[in-house]
Amino acid sequence: MRPEIKPMKTAAETALAEAFAAVRAKLPGDRRIAERRAAAFEAFDALGLPHRRVEEWKYTDLRALIREAKPLAAAPDAQAKRRAKGAGALLAGIGARRITFVDGAFVAELSDLVALEPGLSIAPMAKALAESDPLVASRLGAIVPTEDVAVALNTAFMGDGALVRIDRDTRLERPIHLVFAFGSDTASATFTRSLVVAEEGAQATLIESHEGPDGIDYQVNTALELFVGDRAHVDHVKIGIEGARAIHVSTLMASIGAHARLRDLVFTTGGALVRNQLFVRFAGEGATLALNGANLIKGRQHVDNTLVVDHAVPGGFSRELNKSVLDDESRSVFQGKIIVRPGAQKTDGKMMAQALLLSENAEADNKPELEIFADDVQCGHGATAGALDQNLLFYLKARGIPQAEAEALLIQAFVGEAIETLEHEGVKDALMGAAAEWLGSRKQ
Amino acid sequence: MPMLEVENLHVEIEGRKILDGLSLAVNAGEVHAIMGPNGSGKSTLAYVLAGKQEYEVTQGRVLFEGEDMLAMEPDERAAKGLFLAFQYPLEIPGVTGMNFLRTAINAQRKKRGEPELAIPDFMKRLREVAKRLGIEPEMLRRAVNVGFSGGEKKRNEILQMALLEPKLCVLDETDSGLDIDALKIVADGVNRLRSPDRASIVITHYQRLLNYIVPDVVHVLSKGRIVKTGGKDLALELEARGYTEYQTEAA
Repeated sequence: MRPEIKPMKTAAETALAEAFAAVRAKLPGDRRIAERRAAAFEAFDALGLPHRRVEEWKYTDLRALIREAKPLAAAPDAQAKRRAKGAGALLAGIGARRITFVDGAFVAELSDLVALEPGLSIAPMAKALAESDPLVASRLGAIVPTEDVAVALNTAFMGDGALVRIDRDTRLERPIHLVFAFGSDTASATFTRSLVVAEEGAQATLIESHEGPDGIDYQVNTALELFVGDRAHVDHVKIGIEGARAIHVSTLMASIGAHARLRDLVFTTGGALVRNQLFVRFAGEGATLALNGANLIKGRQHVDNTLVVDHAVPGGFSRELNKSVLDDESRSVFQGKIIVRPGAQKTDGKMMAQALLLSENAEADNKPELEIFADDVQCGHGATAGALDQNLLFYLKARGIPQAEAEALLIQAFVGEAIETLEHEGVKDALMGAAAEWLGSRKQ
Repeated sequence: MPMLEVENLHVEIEGRKILDGLSLAVNAGEVHAIMGPNGSGKSTLAYVLAGKQEYEVTQGRVLFEGEDMLAMEPDERAAKGLFLAFQYPLEIPGVTGMNFLRTAINAQRKKRGEPELAIPDFMKRLREVAKRLGIEPEMLRRAVNVGFSGGEKKRNEILQMALLEPKLCVLDETDSGLDIDALKIVADGVNRLRSPDRASIVITHYQRLLNYIVPDVVHVLSKGRIVKTGGKDLALELEARGYTEYQTEAA
């Protein structure tokens, strides 16, 4: 018999434990929140940072990759706010309602909370936690409960974020844009937590963007809980344009009600190490889900999109499409799991992961999983990986399009497929623009 | 000076010789047909003219309006006025026909130092040509050739040709897989481009297309070289007697 070996705590794990002990009394929230933080930290402490022998983190060994845990970011000073002022500029043209968080804290002067549409309420999460907001009490951590370690850490340390409620049948024309910016000049860590509740029949476009400077090795752990009520339509776009040395871990926990629709896109070009995890649960019958990912990465970037789609009820329709464009020595990971629970008949779920390798040294790992416990379902998955098609390039060149332009056209078309399912034209244009900018930054 | 001069062209692919001393001169205003059995090198000639990478020219030269064409990238050749209608047009997922055409036209104009074509002018021209070729405007909003039938793909090639207005059109078995109505439409598209300052090379296995695009000169290609040249009657002769005599003659 081999004895169970519990690995020694890493420096990062020890630092997190020390940090939690030091700040727990100062973190926002009443006694019940404090108890949840403590329980969450205990859960983390028992497991430690996830490593490659934990199946869900097989390709993204956080234990090895996070050598040191950065201290919690301080409240942003005037300088930090000034540095973060240009954040969210990618979407400046769409006239979204911007709510800005700098170094993980809400910044009123960079946010637009005036003249909220009827049926819309927005509050900073730190305030909601401190004031024992009933929405937080009833929903936080309850949308899609998970034992995931990154979420446990987020719950233990959660500071600020957005609490958004869209009332029944409220249709928001104006997108809401949560801007998360790193503005500090010292490497530190932020833990933001947001909760968005779209009640029955509500409609909204929700965007979050995460960005920061290239020169600082800051760390971000962000989580969003999203409740999509019956008949509600939500488009959610997460834009990851973090700085070149940043470590970014994000989690989406979303539930979709009966005949509701969620279209989600995770778009990533920035960050040294990025893990986007999405846990989506069908809570009502006849709902529709589109879960798309688009990565454009280079250098030694590592981007891991991991998703679990849980068809808990009958008649759900889901489509997952992940597109990665990889240059240099970058690496993309796609792990997609579709669960069809017993009784979730007439489920229609399809998943596709495609990687376009622009360099011989890039790597794409795809791990699809289907767990099907119902017998009348249609589920499938597929994956492709390859270089740009030389015959196609020749066809474009034979029509007079130069090499670089032909490559750009094909790459944009490749990622464009994941972007075009969104409804908002301005958001689509902005993301295609970001893709074009990324192409322009490639060394020829 | 001929528009196109191919002199003693030797071409290999992966060490296998395909063209073996081919010479050809095409003057402005002329339509040349190149006929020959399968494997005689017809498509290789088309690809080498357009600049496909994997073909290695081991000897000979190709001059286009007196310039060394083999030294040019495929996009430069296109901007100079060469167009190849592909035997098997490719599908381009995610790129709409309109975007593709506009990008191509403007890339060529840019290379020639001409201003970009204004969108309304482009659209007007596109609609005209599409209508003539029986191409629904809806198809141009879809990804290039994706889900198109064989005939639609061929018509789409002719649409591109008509809009790009090349000086030299090379049609590589554009007739293959076309029914008689589609063939007439394609032929009409080619004939409309006939003018004293343009030329065409029509590569085909069958004489049928040449009833509609009447050539000035017909060449027989066999084993990588031109073995006979004649007038339009040569095509009829080939149709009646087949290629057998040329295959044995060249062997």
